[in-house]
Amino acid sequence: MLTWLAHLGRAGLSFFERLGRGHLFLLQVLAGMPGLLLRPRLVIQQIYSVGVLSLVIIVVSGLFVGMVLGLQGYNTLADFGAAESLGVMVALSLVRELGPVVAALLFGGRAGSALTAEIGLMKATEQLSGMEMMAVDPLRRVIAPRFVAGFIAMPLLAAIFSAVGVIGGYFVGVGLLGVDDGAFWSQMQARVDLYDDVMNGVIKSVAFGFVATWIAVYEGYDAVPTAEGVSRATTRTVVHTALAVLGLDFVLTALMFGE
Amino acid sequence: MKQSTTLEIMVGVFVALGLAALFMLAMKVSNISALNDEDGYLVKVHFENVGGLKVRSAVTVAGVRVGRVESIDFDEKLLEARVTLKIKRDVRLPSDSSASIFTAGLLGEQYVGLEPGGADTYLKEGDVIALGQSALILEQIIGRVLFSKAAEGGTQ
Amino acid sequence: MIFDGVDIDIPRGKVTAIMGPSGTGKTTLLRMIGGQLRPRAGRVMVDGQDVHALRRGELYALRKRMGMLFQSGALLTDLNVYDNVAFPLREHTELPESMIRDLVLMKLEAVGLRGARDMMPSELSGGMARRVALARAIALDPMMIMYDEPFTGLDPISKGAVVELIHKINTALGVTSIIVSHDVRETTAISDYIYVLSDGKVVGQGTPQALMESDSPWVRQFMQGLPDGPVPFHYPASDYAADLLAGQG
Repeated sequence: MLTWLAHLGRAGLSFFERLGRGHLFLLQVLAGMPGLLLRPRLVIQQIYSVGVLSLVIIVVSGLFVGMVLGLQGYNTLADFGAAESLGVMVALSLVRELGPVVAALLFGGRAGSALTAEIGLMKATEQLSGMEMMAVDPLRRVIAPRFVAGFIAMPLLAAIFSAVGVIGGYFVGVGLLGVDDGAFWSQMQARVDLYDDVMNGVIKSVAFGFVATWIAVYEGYDAVPTAEGVSRATTRTVVHTALAVLGLDFVLTALMFGE
Repeated sequence: MKQSTTLEIMVGVFVALGLAALFMLAMKVSNISALNDEDGYLVKVHFENVGGLKVRSAVTVAGVRVGRVESIDFDEKLLEARVTLKIKRDVRLPSDSSASIFTAGLLGEQYVGLEPGGADTYLKEGDVIALGQSALILEQIIGRVLFSKAAEGGTQ
Repeated sequence: MIFDGVDIDIPRGKVTAIMGPSGTGKTTLLRMIGGQLRPRAGRVMVDGQDVHALRRGELYALRKRMGMLFQSGALLTDLNVYDNVAFPLREHTELPESMIRDLVLMKLEAVGLRGARDMMPSELSGGMARRVALARAIALDPMMIMYDEPFTGLDPISKGAVVELIHKINTALGVTSIIVSHDVRETTAISDYIYVLSDGKVVGQGTPQALMESDSPWVRQFMQGLPDGPVPFHYPASDYAADLLAGQG
């Protein structure tokens, strides 16, 4: 019993220690950010690997999610004679929830894990240590640009996801199932609000981008510098990102829409 | 350095795509046009019951959207709902117009429909629309129908 | 505890070697000199400055004057050879690109890899990677270079090349060199003075010649690579015969 309690205590302590280190790490990275304004090229390079390379999976997933929403929504709405509201349903689901959340999950799986693996590998091969010995702070030179890039790329990816999803829903609803073209768009425009829906979705995606990138770079930087340690850190990134995004989504949704 | 320019172009394309997507969500998907009518005048109207009317619900004349609901509150003196409407500056309505709360479709959203009157003067900032027809409350109608059916049954 | 009463003097402009079996904390020692690790007690003085009393900015300024050659080379994998060598120059100087080019080519020429400037680190052999890393370490013309196991895992030709390079750099640039290694033959060939570490203590020191003729059994075992001696061949275990019999139970 006592040993069990001791185990619990130790696990709790190490959890909070990690959490604390994560926050200190974040502060250090944020402190390194102003310097990046002088060297935008570093960030651009990282936006390429984080954003551009995630584009394919985001676009394809967005299209399919939109098409599935179109199919499913049509079947349900047609029972109520409200098939014209398909546009509303697809757009609201995507803009409010699925766009930011699914894009963040995909981002964690594609870009986040790649970030962790890359940074972890740099640590394992002493590249970070080498930089330190060259009087270059890896937090500023390696971590900060990646962090900023993820933070910028994520809302853009979420917006692309939502937009492509709406188009996918349009293809299925209007093109395949014969929902009226005008009604699809006009009902959507009447019911989707720029502030309440679109802006809140963007705010969500910004928050998710922050958290997902933070987790990814921290796990990489904190990884045990061996092949096994890096692979574990990569797994942790994907799992923690998914949990953090879904949990945060609940909190944000409750704050935004739960009057 | 030549490969870094293609990289920059790709990033540029990506950012442009993202912004275009945001733009599409704002323009094509949401009702940004409704926000352009910030410039308008406010009129008040009282209703016994506003039903499911919400702030930012549409205000229409002859089915054309001319404004939106600015605020809904409770008038303690009249014991009624007081609804403030914001109507586009260029829409001029006779001062004896009336307002009703309608439902778009059977289960749709509620909106305020204005019925123009015949007066020579026009509504201006701060005016009150005298006639306010309350929302149809589905339960009340059903109740009324059932009650009259029961009454019919009783007399037979 | 890793070190106990270790007192090492590293004279300017000389090649000093720190030797000892694996796991005695030789790399840890280098990291403490570089300020990456902090000792619980004791001081590390470099050029009159206490490394661990320095503020961040001062430590970074000091590190610009130190070069370090990592065992793995620690080349940045996303940059090619040229950009790797140019990296410290671009980070720390405002030199125009044409001057950086001249400097990089000079350093690469010095290690004989001017022709490999467009290769990526993944395409390099171990020996080449280490030479590129050496070119990078001397890019800022440091006053001191630390070599962490510079000979380990190289074929004899590459090993010879690295030995030659360390010697050349030391004499030509007049830098202070610290070599951490357990390769006796190569290290004795170029060192001016050697410290032998074991279990966190200095067990022997002197010129290579003196150490080779040392009468300490431990130093002799290490320098001559004898399998048995003060460091026993067998890991401590219970009695062999008893252990075998116990299995028949």
